[in-house]
Amino acid sequence: MSMNRVVITGRGAVSPYGLGVQQLLEGVWQGRSAVKVMEAWRQISGMKSLLAAPVPPFDAKNKLPRARRRSMGPVALYATLAAQEAAADAGLSEAFLAGGEVGAVIGSTTGSPEALAALYGHYLLDNSIEAIKAGEFFKIMGHSCSANVCMTLGITGEQWAPTSACTSAAQALGLGYLLVQSGRQQAMLCGGADETHASVTGVFDVVRAASCRNETPGATPSPFDLKRDGVVCGAGSGILVLESLDSARQRGARIYGEICGFGHVNDSEHIAHPHSSSMARAMVRAMAEAGVSSADIDYVNAHATGTEQGDRAEAQAIAQAVHGSVAVSSLKGHFGHTLGAAGGLETIVLLEMLLRQEIVPTLHLEDIDPDCHCVDLVQHLRPRAIKTVIKNNFALGGVNAAFIIRRVEDDV
Amino acid sequence: MMSDDELRRKVVEVLAAEFELDPAALVPAATLYDDLDLDSLDAVDMVVVLEKTFGFKLSDEEQLRSIRTMDDLFNFLIELKAKQA
Repeated sequence: MSMNRVVITGRGAVSPYGLGVQQLLEGVWQGRSAVKVMEAWRQISGMKSLLAAPVPPFDAKNKLPRARRRSMGPVALYATLAAQEAAADAGLSEAFLAGGEVGAVIGSTTGSPEALAALYGHYLLDNSIEAIKAGEFFKIMGHSCSANVCMTLGITGEQWAPTSACTSAAQALGLGYLLVQSGRQQAMLCGGADETHASVTGVFDVVRAASCRNETPGATPSPFDLKRDGVVCGAGSGILVLESLDSARQRGARIYGEICGFGHVNDSEHIAHPHSSSMARAMVRAMAEAGVSSADIDYVNAHATGTEQGDRAEAQAIAQAVHGSVAVSSLKGHFGHTLGAAGGLETIVLLEMLLRQEIVPTLHLEDIDPDCHCVDLVQHLRPRAIKTVIKNNFALGGVNAAFIIRRVEDDV
Repeated sequence: MMSDDELRRKVVEVLAAEFELDPAALVPAATLYDDLDLDSLDAVDMVVVLEKTFGFKLSDEEQLRSIRTMDDLFNFLIELKAKQA
């Protein structure tokens, strides 16, 4: 059986810069920080990090009917708006979406933390389930994003929901890639989402991995920098339309790039520590699947979140798996770590780099950590011919994911 | 104690707000499922908001299930209100 080539034909985003891909790209190319101080978190006992990159407030009533919104917490709302944009961008007709050949694979760390807190707050404090509204469960279930996206867009194909924290979107892209490659589906809406909540940042705070530079929100996180002090959690959703090359050609769709390799390994070492050789193994497997060599890699879009352990492990893994002169940057300095959305939002920006032939630098990277200096860390916007790139995402729990994405020329 | 008309007005007000409906559509003859486009999940929420609004339980499931129109709902609540007195 011949395998389908898998291309990306649509992009949709809700990000700390606002609604839409355009907002995301403008924010990134302007080098703007989307990080803010969350004043309300000062009241939370033990909370040292008051930083986040939340999605700016907007009126959802103008975006979706009540009957759709009632089952959505912020996380599913973001996913749905991003999915609508991605489907429209790809020019997927209602008939195509409803025809059974299109599916959705959209993950998040959990269902809506806001809804979880409200529901369990009531249940535990009052020992009661009275007055719980009917839509609440649908906001907190693990597949809240993918279910709400399918209901709203009329998608009748396969529905999946990887929930693997910071690799939720990366795994979604990987699964979508496999489903399209194998021919089970012609197209998949793939990506992830997460929302800002004190309990989410609190997870990183508890393990001493959250940035606490509350006095200078506009200067943190700073991946690969000596002064970095941890993660800033962001929110939003990044959704991509993955489609077989044949289907995309048949529809005359715009092609942003091709996914031609997916490395996905567990390190089976430590529940929280990054593991450099496993990161490298993911990249090597992705390159092998794509049939490219390390010399073909023009750029690596790193996962690097701004933790000492993670940044060093990844820089060293890239040097080992690719080579020491490869250009590397992380987008976490711009809009934080969007967790379950990261693989989606960051891939959208990466595709734009391929279109513009420019490498976006790591924001706030001034004083390079010598232990990260084993690769070419990009500090200024760099015009560069880039064709074949790696996208990394890693998660707590030992998940290491890497993609090879290739710019598609007219002669495909 | 609130009058029957006050109760009707209050029901229209809270349901219009809860379900984002035009209060003018909540006429006595309007059917909840067809005219107002509510469904079984909305029926659960309707009970939640009405109990919160009026402070009494709507626990007769059989009677609740028999409610078809806004007028049925008004009469059901008016009857319950009388029982509270």
